[in-house]
Amino acid sequence: MRLRPPDVHCREAVELVTDYLEGSLTRRTRRAFEKHLRACDGCDAYLAQMRVIIDTTGSVGPEDLDAATLDGITELYRQFRTEDE
Amino acid sequence: MPAAHRVTADPETARPTGTVRPVDDESLLEALLGGDEKAFTELVCRHHASMVRIARLYVGSQASAEDVAQDTWVAVIKGVDKFEGRSSLATWLFRILTNRARTAGSKEHRSVPVDVSESGPTVEATRFSNGGMWNDPPIPFTDVIDGRLENATVVAVIRTAIAELPQPHQAVVTLRDVEGLSTMEVADVLGMTQGNVRVVLHRARARIRAAVEATSRGAAG
Repeated sequence: MRLRPPDVHCREAVELVTDYLEGSLTRRTRRAFEKHLRACDGCDAYLAQMRVIIDTTGSVGPEDLDAATLDGITELYRQFRTEDE
Repeated sequence: MPAAHRVTADPETARPTGTVRPVDDESLLEALLGGDEKAFTELVCRHHASMVRIARLYVGSQASAEDVAQDTWVAVIKGVDKFEGRSSLATWLFRILTNRARTAGSKEHRSVPVDVSESGPTVEATRFSNGGMWNDPPIPFTDVIDGRLENATVVAVIRTAIAELPQPHQAVVTLRDVEGLSTMEVADVLGMTQGNVRVVLHRARARIRAAVEATSRGAAG
C-alpha cells in the first residue's frame, strides 16, 4: 500500500526548508513538503526568501582587509619565498 | 532563480579596491605555483576575513584568531607545492586553518562548544495561528529588493546578521554560503556530522532571513 504524504502545517514546513534544499529529506517528507508548498503561498514565499538569502550571502564577497594586515601577510610571503630559494 | 531576480553584491563595494578582476581559486593556484605575489595577495583578500572568523570558534581572542590565520598563510606558502588538488583550494586552506586553530585552542585549554541542542522554532511563534498556519505570511523579497531596498543595503544587513550569530553558526554559514564549500566539506573542516551542519546552517540562515525581512518591512513601512 502506498502511504499518503502526511499533512504538514506552515509552522513545521519552515523548519524543513534547509533539509529540503540540501536534498536530505526522506522521500515521504519531501512529498508532503512539496504538496504543502503547492497549496500555500506563504510557505512558497518563505522558500523563495531563503533562496534569495542563500544567493545573496554567496555574493557578499570578501570583507575589506585593512592595509596593515595585508602588508604583514605579504611580508611573510616575501620572507618565506626567499627562504625557499 | 531568473537572472532578473538575482541579487548580486555591488562589485565596487564588495571587493577591496585595487584587486584584480575575479578569477577562480584554481587559476590563482596556478599563478601561485609560479611564484606570483599578486595571486597570493588576492587569495588573502578573498579568504582572510573568513579564516579569522572561523579560527575565533576555537581560540579565546581576536588576536589569537589573527595569529592562527597568519600561521595558516605561512603553511600555505610553504606547502602549496604539495597541494594535490584532491579538494578545492578553499577546503584545503580551511582544513589547515582549523587544524591549527584546534591546536592553539587546546593550548588555551578551550573546548569548542558546537551546541546543536538549541531546538526552538526558527520563525517567531506569533507569525502562526494556533493551528500552525501563517497569520502573518512572508512576502517575496523580490518584490522589495531592487525596489525599496538597495542591494548594497541587503549585503550590509547580511554581513551584520552573520557577525551577530553565535560562533558555530558564523563558522558554518561562512564556510557553506559565503565560501561555497559543500555540506560534506564543511562537516570535514569543522569536525561535525553533516546532520549537525544542516541543523546549524538552518538556524543561521533563518536568522539572516529574519534580519533582512525586518529591514525590508522597515523600508516598506
